[in-house]
Amino acid sequence: MRQKVRQQLPKQRIKNFNEVSQGLSEEQAIAEAKRCLQCKQPKCIDGCPIGIDIPAFISFILQGRRREALWKIKEKNNLPAICGRVCPQEDQCEKLCLLNKKNVPINIGALERYAADCELDKSSVVSPRLAGECLMRKSEVRDSKVAIAGSGPAGLTTAADLAKIGYSVLLFESLHIAGGVLSYGIPEFRLPKVIVHKELEYIESLGVRLDTDVLIGRTLTLSDLFAQGVQAIFLAVGAGLPQFLAIPGENLGCVYSANEFLTRINLMKAYRFPEYATPINIGSRVAVIGGGNVAFDCARVAIRLGRQTQLVYRRTEKEMPARREEIENAKSEGLPFRLLTQPIKILSDKDGFVCGLECIKMELGAPDDSGRRRPVPVQNSNFVLDVDTVIVAVGQKPNPLLAKVTPNLKINPNGTIWVDENLMTSISGVFAGGDIITGADTVISAMGAGKKAAVEIDRYVRKLL
Amino acid sequence: MFKITNKERLAKDITKIVVEAPLIAKKAKAGQFVVVINDDKGERIPLTMADWDRQRGIITLILQDVGFTTHKLAAREIGNCIAHILGPLGHATEIKKLGQVICIGGGVGIAEILPVAGAFKQAGNDVVSIIGARNKELLILEEEMRAVCNELYITTDDGSYGRKGFVTELLKEILDGKTDKRANRQTHLIYAVGPIVMMRAVSDLTRPFRIKTIVSLNTIMVDATGMCGSCRCSVGDQAKFACVDGPDFDGHLVNFQELGKRVNQFKAQEQIIRDTL
Repeated sequence: MRQKVRQQLPKQRIKNFNEVSQGLSEEQAIAEAKRCLQCKQPKCIDGCPIGIDIPAFISFILQGRRREALWKIKEKNNLPAICGRVCPQEDQCEKLCLLNKKNVPINIGALERYAADCELDKSSVVSPRLAGECLMRKSEVRDSKVAIAGSGPAGLTTAADLAKIGYSVLLFESLHIAGGVLSYGIPEFRLPKVIVHKELEYIESLGVRLDTDVLIGRTLTLSDLFAQGVQAIFLAVGAGLPQFLAIPGENLGCVYSANEFLTRINLMKAYRFPEYATPINIGSRVAVIGGGNVAFDCARVAIRLGRQTQLVYRRTEKEMPARREEIENAKSEGLPFRLLTQPIKILSDKDGFVCGLECIKMELGAPDDSGRRRPVPVQNSNFVLDVDTVIVAVGQKPNPLLAKVTPNLKINPNGTIWVDENLMTSISGVFAGGDIITGADTVISAMGAGKKAAVEIDRYVRKLL
Repeated sequence: MFKITNKERLAKDITKIVVEAPLIAKKAKAGQFVVVINDDKGERIPLTMADWDRQRGIITLILQDVGFTTHKLAAREIGNCIAHILGPLGHATEIKKLGQVICIGGGVGIAEILPVAGAFKQAGNDVVSIIGARNKELLILEEEMRAVCNELYITTDDGSYGRKGFVTELLKEILDGKTDKRANRQTHLIYAVGPIVMMRAVSDLTRPFRIKTIVSLNTIMVDATGMCGSCRCSVGDQAKFACVDGPDFDGHLVNFQELGKRVNQFKAQEQIIRDTL
């Protein structure tokens, strides 16, 4: 039987910000590892954007060699404790697992997390083989400097991969804490910040120099970096521009973008105000608009703040882009869904704060470009939701700041940075990857892009030598 | 860490601090701002740079002790370090040779127009400035302003120094051609920074004169890099982020009424934390 991770009970966890999932116990992990068929031609690896040798690490777990399991994972994945928690395995490795035919795929995510967590206090551990490889390659590129803008999953991955093969890596972050979306976006109860911190320590232990409070484009420009002797630059600045609905009332008090709400809570710790100085002002009845992972994160934060919370989504549950696991977790925490509901106006009280959300009912029409059935409004079905706080979680677009201040950096019509097949931008030696070239996507696809970027940057710099 | 190298009390509740921030000093331009975090549990607040020295790698910030964080910052001593400063942020003020430029600063807004007035002067403009405060004790940077302007006018609400009244009254006299020196001289640009009510009054006053009026918006911000949208404001029929699209905007297009409400969003929380001091 597929082992399920232990979880904090819903009625208990909605009162705290501690991690919901408690991971697998040792017995569970071994039992799960035993189920792995150790396929001769494992499909699961094809499903992993960074190609982890999954059967090999599972086999180490089965033998009780947990540290070697982690080394095996770390050959490919620099952030296993994070991936084990937030990767959508059901769409990747577990989807291709042979046992998925019977709907009982190996719980690969939980096993990855199990391996990663055992070494968390000693996360700088590098496997002897990897250390040997690093030493061998170091001499060739030792004097080569690479700068990376953005310390989210893409930037961290490229930084680690390049540092491992001997590059001197400068990693810049504009916020005061590194990690990008891992730090400001994903809440504590899904990804504890101590885990992010430990993984960051590991990246720094590889020799990466991390500089926070530096906004590339403003504090230092790309020309400044080249002038400092950097041979290549990787732009991994993410998709951080919040989208709004462009409906009346969106600038009222107590209307937040998901980014603002989550940044105040996760990065600035507003849920511990006034011990932490950043405030959050929300009423008692919260509507979260959207159906993606970010919307669910916002709703589950609001529940934990003790607020009566509902999710407003214009399609049905089936079309929700959020991970199944998050949808189920939210349901068991008592989050009601207002489906086929489109907000059209936010109502204002006399002081300029929210006092209601006017919506219209929708029905599903013909499929649109995304293959999902397009919601169309039902005439005269307007009604008002009695809420006093609105959180808009309808997606993020690529961050436009760097492009605006960097002449010659070619931008696509959708705001992403243009790159060639080798991830190089229109400026020679400047590469880009992750959400800034794809638009908002998952942590693991950003890491996949980071790995590819490291390979391309290495190839480019070696040509210069 | 960003070390405080100098500190001076300019007026009651207004403090000037000079901080080591070489990278920021190197890039700073008139009209730009920084985000400051006092300590590890601190909030991120935007502050305009009043001055900078590229050689010495320092920037000057002027704080009005109105909230929890500004109070904490003002209480820091020379030699202390501020946890984090990010910048320079926002677009620099567009400086061109235009002719006559009137710079208007109200209260601590005087600190913000100082580098802008200086830059307009350096670009060859005839710079007239009007600075105002509630009373004589609260008026700051008079000498510094005088040094970068062709003419400087002063108003105080209570008449304890300079002209009694608001900056707008004096501005109206200039625009009406009633001041001796300025008779019949065309004004090409007005740059105003101060309380929202002042910027609104200036914009309303200049609209019928059709004189381009730029205001610098000091909204609530968190990251200040375009990521949170806390600073959003309506300019004409467009939604703008003050942090990355501004902070300078056309005063004739800004929805000041909405802005006034947005900056008061956290008033209750500000009182709660202020009470912990």
